[in-house]
Amino acid sequence: MAKITYVEHGGREHRVEVPPGLSVMRGAVDNNIPGIDADCGGECACATCHVYVDETWLDRTGVPESGSQEASMLSFAALARPNSRLSCQIAVSDALDGLVVRLPEGQH
Amino acid sequence: MSPPLDDAVHSAAQNIPLDRIDVSDPQLYQDDTWYPYFARLRRDDPVHYCPESRYGPYWAVTRYKDIMQVEVNHQVYSSASELGGIQIEDQPKDMDRPSFIRMDPPKHDDQRKVVSPVVAPANLANMEGVIRERTIRVLEGLPRGETFDWVDRVSVELTTMMLATLFDYPWDDRRQLTYWSDVAICNVNAPDSPVHSEEERFAELSRMAQALGKLFNERAAQPPKFDLLSMLAHGEATQGMPIREFMGTLALLIVGGNDTTRNTMTGGLMALNEHPAEYRKLRDDPALIPNAVSEIIRYVTPVIHMRRTAKEDTELGGKKIAKGDKVVIWYVSGNRDPDAIAEPDRLVVDRPRARQHLSFGFGIHRCVGNRLAELQLRILWEELLPRYPVVEVVGPPKRLYSNFIHGIRALPVRIPT
Repeated sequence: MAKITYVEHGGREHRVEVPPGLSVMRGAVDNNIPGIDADCGGECACATCHVYVDETWLDRTGVPESGSQEASMLSFAALARPNSRLSCQIAVSDALDGLVVRLPEGQH
Repeated sequence: MSPPLDDAVHSAAQNIPLDRIDVSDPQLYQDDTWYPYFARLRRDDPVHYCPESRYGPYWAVTRYKDIMQVEVNHQVYSSASELGGIQIEDQPKDMDRPSFIRMDPPKHDDQRKVVSPVVAPANLANMEGVIRERTIRVLEGLPRGETFDWVDRVSVELTTMMLATLFDYPWDDRRQLTYWSDVAICNVNAPDSPVHSEEERFAELSRMAQALGKLFNERAAQPPKFDLLSMLAHGEATQGMPIREFMGTLALLIVGGNDTTRNTMTGGLMALNEHPAEYRKLRDDPALIPNAVSEIIRYVTPVIHMRRTAKEDTELGGKKIAKGDKVVIWYVSGNRDPDAIAEPDRLVVDRPRARQHLSFGFGIHRCVGNRLAELQLRILWEELLPRYPVVEVVGPPKRLYSNFIHGIRALPVRIPT
């Protein structure tokens, strides 16, 4: 299990344990964490599971490859930043134990 | 929206030879008899080749998961206007009107990004107050104890006000925008259409471009502000659009900005009337409204299909699609696919994962205004339910003759005294 902290836009923190192999999006949805909509269910097709990865974790989560579907979907998301990811595309592993992600003001 | 169809329709759908099933006939949507044909296709031939139709041969993609696969693969399934665009019926070659929904990257991306800030979270939050205040005013003005047209008094009125705000269009002339929207999407062969030929449509849309072009030029000369015309006038990717592209872009934003929400406002009321227990559930627990809004958007499915054109040979659901083939993804069918959505023909206001419907599309062309649509629908139900616990549908709807927009043009209703 990896401990992941989701920080809502308003600052409220949720620390949950997510089994390796699931996505960071699934971890939020399965624990009813508000602020992640995941309208497409994990197909990288809607950009409504947008998160900001805590800067200290970026080297382990990586950033979307340029030209990828994730980069393309993120480019249409309101409020995207250099540390933006679609959380359905981050696979949880033991290496991500302790990961912190912050949620944007809205999922568009 | 799923009335008990008569047995004749069901048995016709079951017995017709598969290769003769043509779901492009607009009559199916005007008569609301499309359900059993798609049920048959999902079961027997989910990626279906229709060899002959008035629009030529095409593939009908009917299952949720296959539709999703087409949506996310824009490298293969093109939206480009030059290849035919996004409707099963091509626009006439010399009159085609490109816009970013009818483009592939990179031009699509550049133009979409010009207008998308209009519905960014902060802007939506700013709009909520004005939408609520207008909704209350429109609802307070409705008569009790007499039959009136819900479409004209509520759905068109509210969505037209929204359009006027989005374009910062002269308030008293705002129904002109709705008229152009109807012109842009109508089937010219329907007797009650506002125009009756492609030439006439082009002429009317030219008048639209002229009127809005005047405002566009004024705003180009002023500092940028948060309305669509100003954004287009100041956007690097949109300020120098050729005239047909300007027409296409205006039509896209006008239709997208009103007709879909308009028909969902009407379709939602119909759906709740057909499901009285769900109507009651919603009244008893208004916290369900956001979820109910998503469920209504699924159930109504305001856009019937989108079309793509294969840019290379490919495979979908075990079928070989050839370069150049017309591939039509039927949202009405994917949203009723029992493999993706349990009991899909029922409206369930507290349905789990209600947001996972196809009505907004997925991938790079996903509806830009989806959050604004949800906001307007949420406010409508939040303000309607406490004022008028029941609005009764008292007669049949007048449906649009179209295989593209799932339109309801009139609906007689009554608010009990």
